[in-house]
Amino acid sequence: MATGLFSSTAAKLVAAAGLAALAASATAVLAGPNDNKLVVDGKEYVTKLPGPEGGPLKTIYSGWNFRNEATQAMQLDDFDNPGFVNVETGEQLWSAVDGEAGKSCASCHNDASESMKGVRAQMPKWNEKAGKPLALEQVVNACRETNMKAKPWKWESNEMLSMTAFIGSHSRGMPVNVKTDGPMKEWWQKGKDIYYKQVGQLDMSCAGCHEQNFGNMIRADHLSQGHINGFPLYRSKWQKLGSAHRRFKGCMKNIRATPYKVGGDEFVALELYVASRGQGLSVETPAVRN
Amino acid sequence: MERMLCAVVACLMALGLSINGASADPVAAADVKIIDGEVKTSLTGQPGSAVKGAEWFKNRKLGNCLACHANPKMTDEQFHGEVGPSLEGVADRWNEAQMRAIVVNAKEIFGEQSMMPAFYRTTGYTRPLKKFAGKSILSAQQVEDIIAYLQTLK
Repeated sequence: MATGLFSSTAAKLVAAAGLAALAASATAVLAGPNDNKLVVDGKEYVTKLPGPEGGPLKTIYSGWNFRNEATQAMQLDDFDNPGFVNVETGEQLWSAVDGEAGKSCASCHNDASESMKGVRAQMPKWNEKAGKPLALEQVVNACRETNMKAKPWKWESNEMLSMTAFIGSHSRGMPVNVKTDGPMKEWWQKGKDIYYKQVGQLDMSCAGCHEQNFGNMIRADHLSQGHINGFPLYRSKWQKLGSAHRRFKGCMKNIRATPYKVGGDEFVALELYVASRGQGLSVETPAVRN
Repeated sequence: MERMLCAVVACLMALGLSINGASADPVAAADVKIIDGEVKTSLTGQPGSAVKGAEWFKNRKLGNCLACHANPKMTDEQFHGEVGPSLEGVADRWNEAQMRAIVVNAKEIFGEQSMMPAFYRTTGYTRPLKKFAGKSILSAQQVEDIIAYLQTLK
C-alpha cells in the first residue's frame, strides 16, 4: 500500500494521541478517508463535499475514499470495473421483449440514455399509485407487472441487478438528490429512527459505526460513512453485484440482529434516509468496493 | 469383570463428584449486580485462565475484543481495531472488579450510547438474531478468563 496515498490523514493521526500506540504497532493501518480523486473517462466525480449546516456529517465522503488503492483502481476504468458485465446485460434486457403485452422497456422508454438520465439519483422516490416511496427495484417490477404483463424479477436476481445497474449507469456523475419533504417526510423519519436504533446482540446502530467511527478500522474493515451512491455495486467479498438492501442485511447480521425484509418498507425507509445523508455525492453505479 | 465395571463406575462417580465439587453454578447474567462500577467476586467462583482468555479475546465469534481495541502485546494477530481505546496497560487503569463490570455490561459504566457490547447479559436486546436470543455473548467462565488475560496487560 502506497503510504503517500494516505499522507493527508497524517494530521488526523497526530491529533489522535490515543492512536499513538497503534501507529507503533506493525499492524496499524492509517485511519481516515483519503483524498484521491475519482476520475472516469476524464470526468471527475464528487466524492467529498461539505455536509449541510446542522447535519450529522461535517464532510461527506463517498465510500470510494475509504477503499485501498487496488480497489479504487478498479473503478477508474470501466473495462476494469466488473460491474459493467451487468450493465451490458442490462442493456440487452432493456430491449428484450418479455411478458404477455409483448413489450420491452424500450417499447415505452426508448433510449435509456435519455429517458433514464437522473432516475437513479432520485431513488427511492414517492409513487402516487403505491402511496409510498419505491426503490428502483420496485419501480422496475411495477413496470414489468403492470405494463409488460411480465413476471417480476427477484430483488437480488442477476436480471434485476443488471437492469438497476444499467439504469443507474445513466445517472453516473449526477448528484444524489432524494426528496425528503412532503409525503416523504414520514418515511425519512422512519429511516432515521432505524439508523439510530441500537439492535442485535452486539447492540449497535448504523450511527455507531458509520457516523461516530468512520475512518477507523474495525478489525480488518475500514469503516466508511455508509453512503449508497454506488449501488448496485460490485463487492469483491460477494464476487458479484449486490443491492443496497443486501448490504443492509449483511450489516444487521454482523451485529447479530434479525434483518428487516429485503424490499420491505423498513429497508426502503432506511435506503431513503441513508441516501439523504449523501445528498450531493455523485452517483457511482456500478461502484466497486471490497 | 464385575469388579472392573464397579471400579469404572466408582471412578466415573468420583470424577463427576469432583467436577461438581469444584465448580459452583455460575451467577446467572440477570443476577449480576454492578455496584459502584464494580463486580467484586468471580462470576463462577473460579479463577480465570489468562491463556484461554487470550484465545477468547481474539476469537471473532467470542470476545472479538481486537475488532475494536488495539493490543500491542498481541503482535501475532493482524488487524487491530481503532474504535475503542488501546488496551495497552489496561490493567494499570482498571482493577479486576472494575474490569469485570465493564466486560459484563459496559453500557452501565459508559452509558447506553457506548459501542461496547455487554458480554454477559441475556435480556434487553432489540431484534436479536434467533440463534442468539436469550443468550449472552460470553459464558461466565469466558468472562473470567478474559479478565485474567486483561490483568496481564500491564
